[in-house]
Amino acid sequence: MYPEKFQESIRKVEARRKENAAMEPVRMTADEKDALLKAYHPDYREDQFEKLKVGVNAGDKAPHELADMLQAHARVHEGDVDLEHPDFETDVLIIGGGGAGCSAANEADEAGAKVMICTKLRPGDANTMMAEGGIQAADKEGDSPMQHFLDAYGGGHFAAKKELVAKLVTEAPEDIQWLNRLGVEFDKTDDGTMITTHGGGTSRKRMHACRDYTGMEIMRTLRDEVLNRKIPILDFTAAIEIIKDEEGRASGAVFINMETDELIVVRAKAVILATGGAGRMHYQGFPTSNHYGATADGLVLGYRAGAKLLYEDTLQYHPTGAAYPEQIFGALVTEKVRSLGAKLVNCDGEVFVHPLETRDVEAAAIIRETGDRGKGVDTGHGKAVWLDSPMIDLINGEGTIEARIPAMYRMFEKRGIDMRKEPILVYPTLHYQNGGLEINTDCMTTVENLYAAGEVTGGVHGRNRLMGNSLLDVIVFGRDAGRAAGQKVKEVKSGKLTLAHVTAFEESIKEAGISTQKVSPKLLPNYLRDRNVYDGPKIQ
Amino acid sequence: MDNKMVNIYLFGKKYEVPDNLTIMTAMEYAGYQLKRGCGCRNGFCGACATIYRIAGQQELKMCLACQTKVEDNMYVATLPFFPLVKQIYDIEKVKPEQQLMMQLYPEIYACIGCNACTKACPQGLNTMQYIAYAQRGDFAKCAELSFDCVMCGICSSRCPAGISHPQVAMLARRLNGRYLEPESGHLEKRVKEIWNGDYQQAMKDLMSKSDDELKELYNNRVIEK
Ligand SMILES: Cc1cc2nc3c(=O)[nH]c(=O)nc-3n(C[C@H](O)[C@H](O)[C@H](O)COP(=O)(O)OP(=O)(O)OC[C@H]3O[C@@H](n4cnc5c(N)ncnc54)[C@H](O)[C@@H]3O)c2cc1C
Ligand code: SF4
Ligand code: SF4
Ligand code: FES
Repeated sequence: MYPEKFQESIRKVEARRKENAAMEPVRMTADEKDALLKAYHPDYREDQFEKLKVGVNAGDKAPHELADMLQAHARVHEGDVDLEHPDFETDVLIIGGGGAGCSAANEADEAGAKVMICTKLRPGDANTMMAEGGIQAADKEGDSPMQHFLDAYGGGHFAAKKELVAKLVTEAPEDIQWLNRLGVEFDKTDDGTMITTHGGGTSRKRMHACRDYTGMEIMRTLRDEVLNRKIPILDFTAAIEIIKDEEGRASGAVFINMETDELIVVRAKAVILATGGAGRMHYQGFPTSNHYGATADGLVLGYRAGAKLLYEDTLQYHPTGAAYPEQIFGALVTEKVRSLGAKLVNCDGEVFVHPLETRDVEAAAIIRETGDRGKGVDTGHGKAVWLDSPMIDLINGEGTIEARIPAMYRMFEKRGIDMRKEPILVYPTLHYQNGGLEINTDCMTTVENLYAAGEVTGGVHGRNRLMGNSLLDVIVFGRDAGRAAGQKVKEVKSGKLTLAHVTAFEESIKEAGISTQKVSPKLLPNYLRDRNVYDGPKIQ
Repeated sequence: MDNKMVNIYLFGKKYEVPDNLTIMTAMEYAGYQLKRGCGCRNGFCGACATIYRIAGQQELKMCLACQTKVEDNMYVATLPFFPLVKQIYDIEKVKPEQQLMMQLYPEIYACIGCNACTKACPQGLNTMQYIAYAQRGDFAKCAELSFDCVMCGICSSRCPAGISHPQVAMLARRLNGRYLEPESGHLEKRVKEIWNGDYQQAMKDLMSKSDDELKELYNNRVIEK
């Protein structure tokens, strides 16, 4: 039950529900979308970005918070660690134990390479675990890889690297099959037909799901497989610098034990960065749906090693972050709520946007509705709009919400809101890093033997990612990176290890006149209350 | 909004915190920089298993710290790691038979039916029942009942028989997904077509189009109802 102050607005929503559920709102034209995005999407707020001064992307723009980290001091320098006597040696070193990292590990192991995963928290403490909605693949009659290509490329505003999109959509079906054969329980009918729905920006119903725990089901299965293959995992071990050899090839990394601060050197023939996203950077002060360790570390690690970034200035704000109650502020309300028929309505109960436009358009429409149009609902800590969830059971029959989106139902029910009967309050939340390290079709960055896969990369989704294409990206390119690196190491003989590139980067920061106290990568956000905390030398 | 302050005891030490916080955010408010015991912050990863008791109450409660609001006089201890047993197997070589459970997780047959696991599960799962299905080799039912498991290990911390419930359930789900659920004919067919190269030419043609042509196609594509 909502407090009294919301009741008047709720009654207006209820009064229009039947009519709203039945109507098909008009979709925007391409020009209308452009104008809306330019006026309201956070990516277009010029004052929130700056030009990078150092590194391969000098001159390109990035959000302030990211620029701060890309142009900060390193946590480790030449001479701090003994590179001659590494703590571990392996063929393929995988940084990040999320979906991409575990997919890569399984394939590199399959290719016969010696593999090791190092990850900041526990394996599976990752954005992959949190994906609710689903994963795309064109595997049904009436759909095709080409159709999927068109949706993804168009949805990304014609900015993606075409060859990566082609790979994404062409390998999608076999990767769904791979997951299924590992034991992932996709939603199916009795005859084995996959139950698929639309997602924002799809032209065919190709969203495969495992109830609304799709990512969790995929993640825990991949992790179980990594364990079954006895691939060593160092948990609570965060990468703080890529190590190169004299010829500039990635040849390992320096890590820090998150609990003891001990430094660890791993030597490898190839490195795969699979560190995921950046929600916990809280760009422009937005709340986030991401896991605790999503702090853009991979971008920093890659950048200091000389890898090029692509579209690092585009972020995805998921239109429907929970806006009430405060304990779940920013948490994701899966797009599937809209796929199943719920529409966005304003404080007067009016539908103001088609529920299945692409995410950037939906987010901008909500920001306009609550801003200039003044049709938002005041939650006490910001504005929001209603997502009229009771429409779902109205359209699909009672019991649909509990059966198809149990995690959502549970999240609100625990806070005393019955989304089957009451609408929910939403506002955009920082959700996904559209850009990142540029890769080629072998998943190699612009640095030799430094591979990358998953949310840390840029180019697969252009300037906007569609729901269900990211989990897919993680599996497709995670596996590809594992295979490519697994093959490549057979011919690699890396030379003497060095951190000279770190020294050079520090030099260029000085030359550019940047004076900063900050160090990077960030590793974890700081949520401590502001006050005096002892910050002196650590007890040895 | 003004919040009331409540007293909570983190590992026995008293802190005053606003009452609208979760146990997790209250720890941060108190000054803990979390490293262990914090993953998704949103009820998916099971990193934040926690035990608490409200002073004066007999009952010991288990919860996920990111999902539970603080209460006055709450005594809190986190359980960020619990030693579970995870058996190794090759999914391609095993068979979905009761025999397998007996081999890998024989301790499940020592369940005494106390139901402590079910009572403690923060996801509200019928844990004892899914273990019963696993004992019988009914993997489909075990998978169905355990699907929402976040593998927090809380149930196992309460179990007098030393059972690693989430790992048992993990095995059951993989067997169910791999062997017991029906295959998808349309998926098998599409994969064969792709491997056969059926879409290669069409994809090449599409990729060679200019962005203007692609925009035209995109903006006029028919959207399935
Ligand atoms: C709430 C939510 C819902 C989503 N829903 C969907 C959906 O329905 N469909 C879809 O397709 N996509 C969805 N996404 C997006 C998708 O889940 C992610 O983009 C994708 O899973 C990212 O996978 P990844 O392997 O690249 O990164 P992650 O899964 O985040 O893994 C990265 C790993 O790297 C580790 N790491 C980070 N920094 C370091 C470091 N310095 N050293 C060592 N390790 C490090 C992290 O701890 C983590 O374990 C969703 C995302 C969120 C947050
Ligand atoms: S079944 Fe056990 S491990 Fe799974 S969610 Fe419940 S208590 Fe946690
Ligand atoms: S706690 Fe252990 S012994 Fe008790 S019912 Fe659960 S599985 Fe059986
Ligand atoms: S932090 Fe993931 S369940 Fe609480």
